[in-house]
Amino acid sequence: MTAVEIAAAVRSGQRSARSVVDEHLDVIVGGDADIHAFNLVAAAQARVRADEIDGAVAAGRDPGPLAGVPVALKDNLCTRGLATTCSSRILEGWTPPYDATVVEQLHNAGAVVVGKTNMDEFAMGSSTENSAFGPTRNPCDTSRVPGGSSGGSAAAVAAGFAPVALGSDTGGSIRQPAALCGVVGVKPTYGLVSRYGLVAFASSLDQIGPFTTTVADAAAVLDVIGGPDARDSTSISEPQPPVSHTLADGVDGLRVGVLTELSGNGIALDVAARLQAAVGALESAGARVAEASVPAAVYGLSAYYLIAPAEASSNLARYDGVRYGLRVDGPSTPDMNTATRSAGFGDEVKRRIMIGTYALSAGYYDAYYGKAQKVRTLIINDFASVWEQFDLLVSPTSPTTAFPLGERTTDPMAMYMSDVCTVPVNLTGQAAMSVPYGVGDDGLPVGVQIMAPALGEPVMFRAAAVLEASL
Amino acid sequence: MRIGMGQQRITRAECAHVAALARLELTDEELDRFTGQLDELLDHVAEVEALDLEALPPTMHALPIANLLRPDTPGEVLDRDEVLAQAPFAEDGQFRVPPVLGEAP
Repeated sequence: MTAVEIAAAVRSGQRSARSVVDEHLDVIVGGDADIHAFNLVAAAQARVRADEIDGAVAAGRDPGPLAGVPVALKDNLCTRGLATTCSSRILEGWTPPYDATVVEQLHNAGAVVVGKTNMDEFAMGSSTENSAFGPTRNPCDTSRVPGGSSGGSAAAVAAGFAPVALGSDTGGSIRQPAALCGVVGVKPTYGLVSRYGLVAFASSLDQIGPFTTTVADAAAVLDVIGGPDARDSTSISEPQPPVSHTLADGVDGLRVGVLTELSGNGIALDVAARLQAAVGALESAGARVAEASVPAAVYGLSAYYLIAPAEASSNLARYDGVRYGLRVDGPSTPDMNTATRSAGFGDEVKRRIMIGTYALSAGYYDAYYGKAQKVRTLIINDFASVWEQFDLLVSPTSPTTAFPLGERTTDPMAMYMSDVCTVPVNLTGQAAMSVPYGVGDDGLPVGVQIMAPALGEPVMFRAAAVLEASL
Repeated sequence: MRIGMGQQRITRAECAHVAALARLELTDEELDRFTGQLDELLDHVAEVEALDLEALPPTMHALPIANLLRPDTPGEVLDRDEVLAQAPFAEDGQFRVPPVLGEAP
Protein backbone atom coordinates (compact mmCIF):
# COMPACT_ATOMS: atom_id res chain seq x y z
CA MET A 1 0.00 0.00 0.00
CA THR A 2 1.13 3.54 -0.68
CA ALA A 3 1.22 6.19 2.04
CA VAL A 4 -1.85 7.90 0.60
CA GLU A 5 -3.75 4.57 0.64
CA ILE A 6 -2.65 3.76 4.19
CA ALA A 7 -3.70 7.16 5.50
CA ALA A 8 -7.10 6.91 3.81
CA ALA A 9 -7.70 3.43 5.23
CA VAL A 10 -6.60 4.40 8.75
CA ARG A 11 -8.56 7.67 8.83
CA SER A 12 -11.73 5.92 7.71
CA GLY A 13 -11.29 3.11 10.24
CA GLN A 14 -10.92 0.44 7.52
CA ARG A 15 -7.48 -0.53 8.84
CA SER A 16 -5.81 -0.03 12.17
CA ALA A 17 -2.54 1.88 12.31
CA ARG A 18 -1.29 -0.90 14.58
CA SER A 19 -1.80 -3.57 11.91
CA VAL A 20 -0.03 -1.40 9.34
CA VAL A 21 2.91 -0.79 11.66
CA ASP A 22 3.14 -4.43 12.78
CA GLU A 23 3.15 -5.55 9.15
CA HIS A 24 6.03 -3.22 8.29
CA LEU A 25 8.01 -4.16 11.41
CA ASP A 26 7.67 -7.81 10.32
CA VAL A 27 9.07 -6.98 6.88
CA ILE A 28 11.98 -5.16 8.55
CA VAL A 29 12.74 -8.11 10.83
CA GLY A 30 12.61 -10.44 7.83
CA GLY A 31 14.71 -8.37 5.48
CA ASP A 32 17.00 -5.86 7.12
CA ALA A 33 19.71 -8.34 8.06
CA ASP A 34 20.54 -8.49 4.33
CA ILE A 35 20.04 -4.79 3.54
CA HIS A 36 21.13 -2.93 6.71
CA ALA A 37 18.92 0.05 5.95
CA PHE A 38 18.46 0.81 9.65
CA ASN A 39 20.83 1.91 12.39
CA LEU A 40 17.98 1.59 14.87
CA VAL A 41 14.46 0.14 14.69
CA ALA A 42 12.10 1.78 17.19
CA ALA A 43 9.57 -1.08 17.30
CA ALA A 44 8.15 -0.51 20.79
CA GLN A 45 7.78 3.23 20.35
CA ALA A 46 6.17 2.74 16.92
CA ARG A 47 3.58 0.34 18.34
CA VAL A 48 2.68 2.75 21.15
CA ARG A 49 2.27 5.56 18.63
CA ALA A 50 0.16 3.39 16.32
CA ASP A 51 -2.16 2.54 19.23
CA GLU A 52 -2.54 6.26 20.00
CA ILE A 53 -3.59 6.90 16.41
CA ASP A 54 -6.12 4.08 16.52
CA GLY A 55 -7.41 5.55 19.78
CA ALA A 56 -7.89 8.91 18.09
CA VAL A 57 -9.80 7.36 15.19
CA ALA A 58 -12.01 5.40 17.64
CA ALA A 59 -12.74 8.65 19.50
CA GLY A 60 -13.78 10.36 16.27
CA ARG A 61 -10.70 12.56 15.94
CA ASP A 62 -8.74 12.85 12.68
CA PRO A 63 -5.11 11.84 13.28
CA GLY A 64 -3.98 13.77 10.17
CA PRO A 65 -3.08 13.38 6.51
CA LEU A 66 -0.40 10.74 7.16
CA ALA A 67 -2.40 8.73 9.71
CA GLY A 68 -0.69 5.44 10.48
CA VAL A 69 1.99 5.84 7.79
CA PRO A 70 5.29 4.22 8.83
CA VAL A 71 8.20 6.59 8.28
CA ALA A 72 11.96 5.93 8.40
CA LEU A 73 14.22 8.87 9.28
CA LYS A 74 17.77 9.43 8.14
CA ASP A 75 19.99 9.23 11.20
CA ASN A 76 20.98 12.89 11.00
CA LEU A 77 17.49 14.05 11.98
CA CYS A 78 17.20 14.69 15.70
CA THR A 79 14.67 12.55 17.52
CA ARG A 80 14.00 13.19 21.18
CA GLY A 81 14.78 10.05 23.18
CA LEU A 82 16.06 8.09 20.15
CA ALA A 83 19.81 7.91 19.50
CA THR A 84 20.93 10.03 16.53
CA THR A 85 24.34 9.01 15.26
CA CYS A 86 24.97 10.46 11.76
CA SER A 87 26.56 6.99 11.33
CA SER A 88 29.59 8.36 13.16
CA ARG A 89 31.45 7.11 16.20
CA ILE A 90 31.84 10.67 17.39
CA LEU A 91 28.18 10.87 18.43
CA GLU A 92 28.38 7.60 20.34
CA GLY A 93 25.91 7.55 23.21
CA TRP A 94 24.14 10.79 22.28
CA THR A 95 20.37 11.06 22.50
CA PRO A 96 18.95 14.39 21.29
CA PRO A 97 16.97 16.42 23.84
CA TYR A 98 14.63 17.68 21.10
CA ASP A 99 12.87 16.70 17.88
CA ALA A 100 13.68 18.18 14.49
CA THR A 101 10.84 20.33 13.13
CA VAL A 102 10.14 17.77 10.39
CA VAL A 103 9.82 15.05 13.03
CA GLU A 104 7.25 17.13 14.91
CA GLN A 105 5.39 17.84 11.68
CA LEU A 106 5.25 14.15 10.73
CA HIS A 107 4.10 13.26 14.24
CA ASN A 108 1.36 15.89 14.15
CA ALA A 109 0.22 14.53 10.77
CA GLY A 110 -0.26 11.05 12.24
CA ALA A 111 2.85 9.37 10.83
CA VAL A 112 4.67 6.70 12.85
CA VAL A 113 8.47 6.73 13.09
CA VAL A 114 9.74 3.15 12.73
CA GLY A 115 13.48 3.78 12.86
CA LYS A 116 16.63 5.68 11.97
CA THR A 117 18.39 4.87 8.71
CA ASN A 118 22.02 4.31 7.83
CA MET A 119 23.95 6.96 5.90
CA ASP A 120 27.41 8.03 4.86
CA GLU A 121 29.00 9.53 7.97
CA PHE A 122 27.69 13.11 8.40
CA ALA A 123 26.12 12.72 4.93
CA MET A 124 29.52 12.78 3.23
CA GLY A 125 29.51 10.21 0.48
CA SER A 126 27.59 8.78 -2.46
CA SER A 127 27.31 5.09 -1.58
CA THR A 128 26.50 4.71 2.16
CA GLU A 129 29.80 2.85 2.49
CA ASN A 130 31.28 5.63 4.69
CA SER A 131 29.23 4.52 7.71
CA ALA A 132 30.83 3.62 11.02
CA PHE A 133 28.25 0.82 11.23
CA GLY A 134 28.95 -0.85 7.86
CA PRO A 135 27.39 -0.31 4.43
CA THR A 136 23.75 -0.51 3.34
CA ARG A 137 23.05 -2.78 0.37
CA ASN A 138 20.81 -2.04 -2.61
CA PRO A 139 17.55 -4.04 -2.34
CA CYS A 140 17.50 -4.38 -6.16
CA ASP A 141 20.87 -6.21 -6.08
CA THR A 142 22.64 -6.69 -2.75
CA SER A 143 26.09 -6.71 -4.40
CA ARG A 144 25.51 -3.06 -5.34
CA VAL A 145 25.50 0.16 -3.33
CA PRO A 146 22.20 1.95 -2.69
CA GLY A 147 23.81 5.31 -3.44
CA GLY A 148 24.23 7.93 -0.79
CA SER A 149 24.43 9.63 1.43
CA SER A 150 20.79 8.82 2.32
CA GLY A 151 21.24 5.21 1.16
CA GLY A 152 19.50 3.70 4.18
CA SER A 153 16.37 5.79 3.59
CA ALA A 154 16.27 4.95 -0.13
CA ALA A 155 16.82 1.25 0.58
CA ALA A 156 14.15 1.22 3.32
CA VAL A 157 11.53 2.49 0.88
CA ALA A 158 12.73 0.25 -1.99
CA ALA A 159 12.65 -2.82 0.27
CA GLY A 160 9.13 -2.09 1.53
CA PHE A 161 10.30 -1.46 5.11
CA ALA A 162 8.40 1.84 5.11
CA PRO A 163 6.39 3.64 2.40
CA VAL A 164 8.02 6.95 3.37
CA ALA A 165 11.50 7.95 4.46
CA LEU A 166 13.15 11.32 4.95
CA GLY A 167 16.67 12.10 3.85
CA SER A 168 18.85 15.17 3.41
CA ASP A 169 20.35 16.41 0.16
CA THR A 170 23.47 18.59 0.16
CA GLY A 171 24.83 17.62 -3.27
CA GLY A 172 22.45 14.87 -4.40
CA SER A 173 22.11 12.74 -1.27
CA ILE A 174 18.36 12.23 -1.77
CA ARG A 175 18.11 12.17 -5.57
CA GLN A 176 21.10 9.90 -6.36
CA PRO A 177 20.14 7.07 -3.95
CA ALA A 178 16.50 7.40 -5.06
CA ALA A 179 17.66 6.85 -8.65
CA LEU A 180 19.91 3.91 -7.74
CA CYS A 181 17.19 2.19 -5.68
CA GLY A 182 14.30 2.91 -8.06
CA VAL A 183 12.19 5.19 -5.85
CA VAL A 184 11.03 8.81 -5.92
CA GLY A 185 13.29 11.32 -4.15
CA VAL A 186 12.77 15.07 -3.75
CA LYS A 187 15.23 17.88 -2.98
CA PRO A 188 12.90 20.80 -2.26
CA THR A 189 13.78 24.45 -2.84
CA TYR A 190 16.30 25.62 -0.26
CA GLY A 191 14.36 27.08 2.65
CA LEU A 192 11.05 25.35 1.88
CA VAL A 193 11.57 22.71 4.59
CA SER A 194 12.93 23.70 8.00
CA ARG A 195 16.44 22.48 8.78
CA TYR A 196 15.96 22.84 12.55
CA GLY A 197 17.15 19.56 14.06
CA LEU A 198 18.97 18.41 10.93
CA VAL A 199 22.60 17.88 11.94
CA ALA A 200 24.42 20.43 9.79
CA PHE A 201 26.84 19.41 7.03
CA ALA A 202 26.93 22.40 4.63
CA SER A 203 24.34 24.86 5.84
CA SER A 204 23.89 26.85 2.63
CA LEU A 205 23.21 23.65 0.66
CA ASP A 206 21.49 21.16 3.04
CA GLN A 207 17.80 20.48 2.51
CA ILE A 208 15.46 17.77 3.86
CA GLY A 209 13.14 15.87 1.55
CA PRO A 210 11.10 12.66 1.12
CA PHE A 211 11.64 9.24 -0.43
CA THR A 212 8.48 7.41 -1.53
CA THR A 213 7.36 4.81 -4.06
CA THR A 214 4.91 7.16 -5.80
CA VAL A 215 4.85 10.80 -6.86
CA ALA A 216 1.54 11.37 -5.03
CA ASP A 217 3.08 10.09 -1.78
CA ALA A 218 6.04 12.44 -2.17
CA ALA A 219 3.62 15.33 -2.71
CA ALA A 220 1.61 14.38 0.39
CA VAL A 221 4.76 14.29 2.54
CA LEU A 222 6.15 17.54 1.13
CA ASP A 223 2.84 19.25 1.91
CA VAL A 224 3.28 18.18 5.55
CA ILE A 225 6.96 19.11 6.03
CA GLY A 226 7.10 22.33 3.96
CA GLY A 227 6.50 25.73 5.47
CA PRO A 228 7.94 28.52 7.57
CA ASP A 229 9.68 27.77 10.88
CA ALA A 230 10.74 30.46 13.34
CA ARG A 231 13.50 28.11 14.56
CA ASP A 232 15.26 28.10 11.16
CA SER A 233 16.30 31.61 10.14
CA THR A 234 16.81 30.41 6.55
CA SER A 235 13.31 29.03 6.14
CA ILE A 236 11.17 30.84 3.56
CA SER A 237 8.77 32.98 5.54
CA GLU A 238 5.68 32.71 3.30
CA PRO A 239 3.60 29.50 3.24
CA GLN A 240 3.58 27.81 -0.18
CA PRO A 241 0.65 26.30 -2.07
CA PRO A 242 0.26 22.52 -1.63
CA VAL A 243 1.70 20.39 -4.43
CA SER A 244 -0.86 17.59 -4.07
CA HIS A 245 -3.75 19.63 -5.45
CA THR A 246 -2.28 20.19 -8.92
CA LEU A 247 -0.61 16.81 -9.45
CA ALA A 248 -2.99 15.78 -12.23
CA ASP A 249 -2.72 19.03 -14.23
CA GLY A 250 -0.39 17.52 -16.84
CA VAL A 251 2.37 19.17 -18.86
CA ASP A 252 0.46 20.39 -21.92
CA GLY A 253 2.21 23.52 -23.18
CA LEU A 254 5.04 23.42 -20.62
CA ARG A 255 8.50 24.27 -21.94
CA VAL A 256 10.93 21.53 -20.95
CA GLY A 257 14.67 21.81 -21.58
CA VAL A 258 17.07 18.88 -21.79
CA LEU A 259 20.11 20.17 -19.90
CA THR A 260 22.82 19.32 -22.41
CA GLU A 261 25.82 19.85 -20.09
CA LEU A 262 24.49 17.16 -17.71
CA SER A 263 23.07 14.78 -20.29
CA GLY A 264 25.90 13.93 -22.67
CA ASN A 265 29.55 13.59 -21.65
CA GLY A 266 30.17 10.95 -19.00
CA ILE A 267 26.60 9.60 -19.00
CA ALA A 268 26.27 5.85 -19.56
CA LEU A 269 24.49 5.03 -22.82
CA ASP A 270 21.73 3.00 -21.19
CA VAL A 271 21.03 5.87 -18.77
CA ALA A 272 20.95 8.37 -21.63
CA ALA A 273 18.49 6.12 -23.47
CA ARG A 274 16.08 6.19 -20.52
CA LEU A 275 16.28 10.00 -20.45
CA GLN A 276 15.36 10.03 -24.15
CA ALA A 277 12.37 7.79 -23.41
CA ALA A 278 11.27 10.19 -20.65
CA VAL A 279 11.62 13.16 -22.97
CA GLY A 280 9.43 11.32 -25.50
CA ALA A 281 6.78 10.74 -22.84
CA LEU A 282 6.72 14.42 -21.88
CA GLU A 283 6.41 15.40 -25.56
CA SER A 284 3.55 12.95 -26.06
CA ALA A 285 1.81 14.58 -23.11
CA GLY A 286 2.03 17.98 -24.80
CA ALA A 287 5.25 19.46 -23.44
CA ARG A 288 7.42 21.47 -25.82
CA VAL A 289 10.92 20.03 -25.48
CA ALA A 290 14.18 21.58 -26.65
CA GLU A 291 17.84 21.47 -25.71
CA ALA A 292 18.84 23.86 -22.94
CA SER A 293 22.36 24.99 -22.16
CA VAL A 294 23.72 26.00 -18.75
CA PRO A 295 27.43 26.28 -19.64
CA ALA A 296 28.62 26.85 -16.07
CA ALA A 297 26.89 23.68 -14.81
CA VAL A 298 30.04 21.74 -15.71
CA TYR A 299 31.86 23.64 -12.96
CA GLY A 300 29.32 22.57 -10.35
CA LEU A 301 31.43 19.75 -8.92
CA SER A 302 34.49 21.95 -8.54
CA ALA A 303 32.57 24.68 -6.73
CA TYR A 304 30.70 22.14 -4.62
CA TYR A 305 33.80 20.24 -3.49
CA LEU A 306 35.25 23.49 -2.12
CA ILE A 307 32.11 25.14 -0.70
CA ALA A 308 30.60 22.07 0.99
CA PRO A 309 33.86 21.02 2.72
CA ALA A 310 34.51 24.64 3.76
CA GLU A 311 31.13 24.86 5.45
CA ALA A 312 31.57 21.37 6.88
CA SER A 313 34.95 22.18 8.40
CA SER A 314 33.24 24.96 10.32
CA ASN A 315 30.09 23.02 11.25
CA LEU A 316 32.01 19.98 12.44
CA ALA A 317 34.27 22.02 14.72
CA ARG A 318 31.59 21.48 17.38
CA TYR A 319 32.56 17.81 17.78
CA ASP A 320 35.27 18.37 20.33
CA GLY A 321 34.48 15.91 23.12
CA VAL A 322 33.05 18.58 25.42
CA ARG A 323 29.27 18.66 25.15
CA TYR A 324 28.10 15.38 23.65
CA GLY A 325 29.16 12.06 22.23
CA LEU A 326 32.62 10.56 22.32
CA ARG A 327 35.51 11.81 24.43
CA VAL A 328 39.02 10.41 24.23
CA ASP A 329 40.92 11.94 27.11
CA GLY A 330 44.21 13.79 26.95
CA PRO A 331 46.40 15.82 29.32
CA SER A 332 44.97 19.15 28.12
CA THR A 333 41.76 20.26 26.43
CA PRO A 334 43.41 20.75 23.00
CA ASP A 335 44.96 17.27 23.28
CA MET A 336 41.56 15.85 24.26
CA ASN A 337 39.91 17.63 21.29
CA THR A 338 42.47 16.19 18.87
CA ALA A 339 42.34 12.68 20.32
CA THR A 340 38.53 12.68 20.25
CA ARG A 341 38.24 13.94 16.68
CA SER A 342 40.99 11.63 15.36
CA ALA A 343 39.29 8.58 16.88
CA GLY A 344 35.70 9.64 16.21
CA PHE A 345 35.71 10.70 12.55
CA GLY A 346 36.12 8.34 9.61
CA ASP A 347 38.38 8.90 6.59
CA GLU A 348 35.95 10.76 4.34
CA VAL A 349 34.93 13.18 7.07
CA LYS A 350 38.60 13.85 7.86
CA ARG A 351 39.31 14.44 4.17
CA ARG A 352 36.47 16.92 3.80
CA ILE A 353 37.37 18.77 7.00
CA MET A 354 40.92 19.08 5.69
CA ILE A 355 39.86 20.26 2.22
CA GLY A 356 37.60 22.86 3.84
CA THR A 357 40.20 23.99 6.35
CA TYR A 358 42.72 24.35 3.53
CA ALA A 359 40.31 26.24 1.26
CA LEU A 360 39.54 28.70 4.07
CA SER A 361 43.08 29.11 5.36
CA ALA A 362 45.17 32.27 5.04
CA GLY A 363 46.79 32.53 1.63
CA TYR A 364 44.41 30.10 -0.07
CA TYR A 365 41.01 31.64 0.69
CA ASP A 366 40.87 33.81 -2.45
CA ALA A 367 42.26 31.12 -4.73
CA TYR A 368 39.87 28.41 -3.60
CA TYR A 369 36.87 29.34 -1.43
CA GLY A 370 36.50 32.87 -2.82
CA LYS A 371 36.73 31.61 -6.39
CA ALA A 372 34.24 28.80 -5.73
CA GLN A 373 31.73 31.35 -4.43
CA LYS A 374 32.08 33.32 -7.66
CA VAL A 375 31.61 30.16 -9.71
CA ARG A 376 28.45 29.67 -7.70
CA THR A 377 27.26 33.10 -8.88
CA LEU A 378 28.14 32.17 -12.46
CA ILE A 379 26.04 28.98 -12.23
CA ILE A 380 23.11 30.89 -10.71
CA ASN A 381 23.29 33.48 -13.50
CA ASP A 382 23.41 30.81 -16.23
CA PHE A 383 20.37 29.04 -14.79
CA ALA A 384 18.53 32.37 -14.50
CA SER A 385 18.81 32.94 -18.26
CA VAL A 386 17.60 29.44 -19.00
CA TRP A 387 14.52 29.92 -16.79
CA GLU A 388 13.45 32.75 -19.11
CA GLN A 389 12.91 30.14 -21.82
CA PHE A 390 11.96 27.01 -19.89
CA ASP A 391 9.57 25.96 -17.12
CA LEU A 392 11.48 22.79 -16.26
CA LEU A 393 14.79 21.12 -17.05
CA VAL A 394 15.56 17.40 -17.22
CA SER A 395 18.74 15.32 -17.07
CA PRO A 396 19.78 11.94 -15.75
CA THR A 397 19.96 11.87 -11.93
CA SER A 398 23.11 9.74 -11.87
CA PRO A 399 25.60 9.07 -14.68
CA THR A 400 25.37 5.31 -14.05
CA THR A 401 23.14 2.72 -12.41
CA ALA A 402 24.11 1.35 -8.98
CA PHE A 403 27.79 0.39 -8.87
CA PRO A 404 29.30 -2.60 -7.01
CA LEU A 405 30.18 -2.26 -3.33
CA GLY A 406 33.85 -1.39 -2.90
CA GLU A 407 34.31 -0.18 -6.48
CA ARG A 408 34.96 3.49 -5.61
CA THR A 409 35.91 3.44 -1.91
CA THR A 410 39.63 3.86 -2.55
CA ASP A 411 39.20 6.54 -5.21
CA PRO A 412 37.48 9.63 -3.76
CA MET A 413 37.45 11.49 -7.11
CA ALA A 414 35.58 8.63 -8.80
CA MET A 415 33.06 8.69 -5.93
CA TYR A 416 32.66 12.48 -6.22
CA MET A 417 31.85 12.13 -9.93
CA SER A 418 28.64 10.28 -8.93
CA ASP A 419 27.24 13.71 -7.96
CA VAL A 420 27.95 15.52 -11.23
CA CYS A 421 24.28 15.80 -12.27
CA THR A 422 22.89 16.68 -8.87
CA VAL A 423 25.23 19.30 -7.31
CA PRO A 424 24.39 22.30 -9.55
CA VAL A 425 20.88 22.54 -8.11
CA ASN A 426 22.14 22.62 -4.52
CA LEU A 427 24.41 25.53 -5.41
CA THR A 428 21.48 27.48 -6.89
CA GLY A 429 18.92 26.53 -4.22
CA GLN A 430 16.42 25.34 -6.83
CA ALA A 431 13.99 22.43 -6.58
CA ALA A 432 14.75 19.04 -8.14
CA MET A 433 13.57 15.48 -7.88
CA SER A 434 14.40 12.04 -9.20
CA VAL A 435 11.69 9.86 -10.72
CA PRO A 436 12.37 6.18 -11.48
CA TYR A 437 12.15 5.57 -15.22
CA GLY A 438 12.78 1.96 -16.08
CA VAL A 439 16.05 0.04 -15.94
CA GLY A 440 19.44 0.06 -17.62
CA ASP A 441 21.19 -2.77 -19.50
CA ASP A 442 22.07 -4.41 -16.17
CA GLY A 443 18.42 -4.49 -15.09
CA LEU A 444 19.04 -1.87 -12.39
CA PRO A 445 16.90 1.25 -11.91
CA VAL A 446 17.52 4.51 -13.76
CA GLY A 447 16.28 7.85 -12.43
CA VAL A 448 15.35 10.96 -14.39
CA GLN A 449 16.02 14.28 -12.71
CA ILE A 450 13.45 17.06 -13.08
CA MET A 451 14.65 20.54 -12.09
CA ALA A 452 12.51 23.62 -11.45
CA PRO A 453 13.25 27.21 -10.49
CA ALA A 454 13.01 28.08 -6.79
CA LEU A 455 9.52 27.29 -5.47
CA GLY A 456 8.65 25.57 -8.75
CA GLU A 457 7.56 22.40 -6.92
CA PRO A 458 3.93 22.42 -8.16
CA VAL A 459 5.01 22.37 -11.83
CA MET A 460 7.85 19.92 -11.14
CA PHE A 461 5.45 17.45 -9.54
CA ARG A 462 3.07 17.69 -12.51
CA ALA A 463 5.85 16.51 -14.82
CA ALA A 464 6.84 13.78 -12.36
CA ALA A 465 3.26 12.51 -12.32
CA VAL A 466 3.20 12.43 -16.14
CA LEU A 467 6.45 10.42 -16.24
CA GLU A 468 5.17 7.99 -13.62
CA ALA A 469 1.91 7.44 -15.52
CA SER A 470 3.73 6.89 -18.83
CA LEU A 471 5.64 3.82 -17.63
CA MET B 1 45.87 9.54 -11.86
CA ARG B 2 47.50 12.97 -12.05
CA ILE B 3 51.08 11.72 -11.93
CA GLY B 4 53.08 13.77 -14.39
CA MET B 5 50.15 16.15 -14.96
CA GLY B 6 51.61 19.31 -13.48
CA GLN B 7 52.95 20.64 -10.24
CA GLN B 8 51.99 19.26 -6.88
CA ARG B 9 49.37 21.55 -5.35
CA ILE B 10 49.65 20.52 -1.71
CA THR B 11 52.71 19.08 0.02
CA ARG B 12 52.83 16.54 2.82
CA ALA B 13 53.97 19.26 5.22
CA GLU B 14 51.07 21.53 4.25
CA CYS B 15 48.70 18.64 4.69
CA ALA B 16 50.08 18.02 8.19
CA HIS B 17 49.66 21.72 8.99
CA VAL B 18 46.02 21.68 7.84
CA ALA B 19 45.35 18.58 9.95
CA ALA B 20 46.76 20.33 13.00
CA LEU B 21 44.57 23.40 12.34
CA ALA B 22 41.56 21.09 12.18
CA ARG B 23 42.56 19.30 15.40
CA LEU B 24 43.20 16.01 13.64
CA GLU B 25 46.17 13.74 14.28
CA LEU B 26 47.07 11.61 11.27
CA THR B 27 49.27 8.53 11.07
CA ASP B 28 52.12 8.53 8.53
CA GLU B 29 50.07 6.26 6.29
CA GLU B 30 47.01 8.57 6.51
CA LEU B 31 49.15 11.60 5.80
CA ASP B 32 50.62 9.98 2.67
CA ARG B 33 47.21 8.89 1.42
CA PHE B 34 45.38 12.15 2.19
CA THR B 35 48.13 14.27 0.62
CA GLY B 36 47.70 12.42 -2.67
CA GLN B 37 43.91 12.53 -2.52
CA LEU B 38 43.72 16.23 -1.61
CA ASP B 39 46.21 17.01 -4.35
CA GLU B 40 44.07 15.17 -6.87
CA LEU B 41 40.96 17.11 -5.81
CA LEU B 42 42.76 20.45 -5.92
CA ASP B 43 44.02 19.54 -9.38
CA HIS B 44 40.44 18.88 -10.51
CA VAL B 45 39.03 22.12 -9.08
CA ALA B 46 41.85 24.05 -10.77
CA GLU B 47 39.68 23.89 -13.91
CA VAL B 48 37.99 27.07 -12.68
CA GLU B 49 41.29 28.98 -12.83
CA ALA B 50 40.71 29.64 -16.54
CA LEU B 51 37.37 31.39 -15.88
CA ASP B 52 37.16 35.16 -15.82
CA LEU B 53 35.35 35.75 -12.55
CA GLU B 54 36.63 39.23 -11.72
CA ALA B 55 33.34 41.05 -12.28
CA LEU B 56 31.20 38.54 -10.38
CA PRO B 57 30.21 38.95 -6.73
CA PRO B 58 30.59 35.87 -4.52
CA THR B 59 27.46 33.93 -3.51
CA MET B 60 27.33 32.91 0.15
CA HIS B 61 23.75 31.83 0.00
CA ALA B 62 21.28 31.03 -2.78
CA LEU B 63 18.40 32.91 -1.20
CA PRO B 64 18.25 36.70 -0.92
CA ILE B 65 17.85 36.67 2.85
CA ALA B 66 19.32 39.01 5.41
CA ASN B 67 19.74 38.43 9.13
CA LEU B 68 16.47 37.46 10.73
CA LEU B 69 16.20 38.51 14.33
CA ARG B 70 13.53 37.46 16.76
CA PRO B 71 12.36 39.77 19.56
CA ASP B 72 14.82 39.65 22.44
CA THR B 73 12.44 38.11 24.93
CA PRO B 74 12.91 34.97 27.04
CA GLY B 75 11.39 31.85 25.51
CA GLU B 76 11.50 28.12 26.02
CA VAL B 77 14.98 26.65 26.29
CA LEU B 78 16.32 23.13 26.62
CA ASP B 79 16.40 21.68 30.13
CA ARG B 80 19.90 22.19 31.57
CA ASP B 81 20.12 18.87 33.36
CA GLU B 82 18.90 16.97 30.32
CA VAL B 83 21.52 18.64 28.14
CA LEU B 84 24.33 18.13 30.65
CA ALA B 85 23.35 14.47 30.99
CA GLN B 86 24.53 14.05 27.38
CA ALA B 87 28.02 15.36 28.10
CA PRO B 88 30.95 12.96 28.51
CA PHE B 89 31.76 14.71 31.82
CA ALA B 90 29.67 17.26 33.70
CA GLU B 91 30.01 18.62 37.21
CA ASP B 92 28.14 21.24 39.25
CA GLY B 93 25.93 22.19 36.35
CA GLN B 94 28.87 22.66 33.97
CA PHE B 95 30.80 20.77 31.31
CA ARG B 96 34.07 19.46 32.71
CA VAL B 97 37.22 19.44 30.54
CA PRO B 98 40.93 18.80 31.11
CA PRO B 99 43.16 21.84 31.84
CA VAL B 100 42.98 24.45 29.08
CA LEU B 101 46.17 26.32 30.00
CA GLY B 102 49.21 25.01 31.85
CA GLU B 103 49.14 22.61 34.78
CA ALA B 104 46.08 21.16 36.47
CA PRO B 105 45.06 23.09 39.59
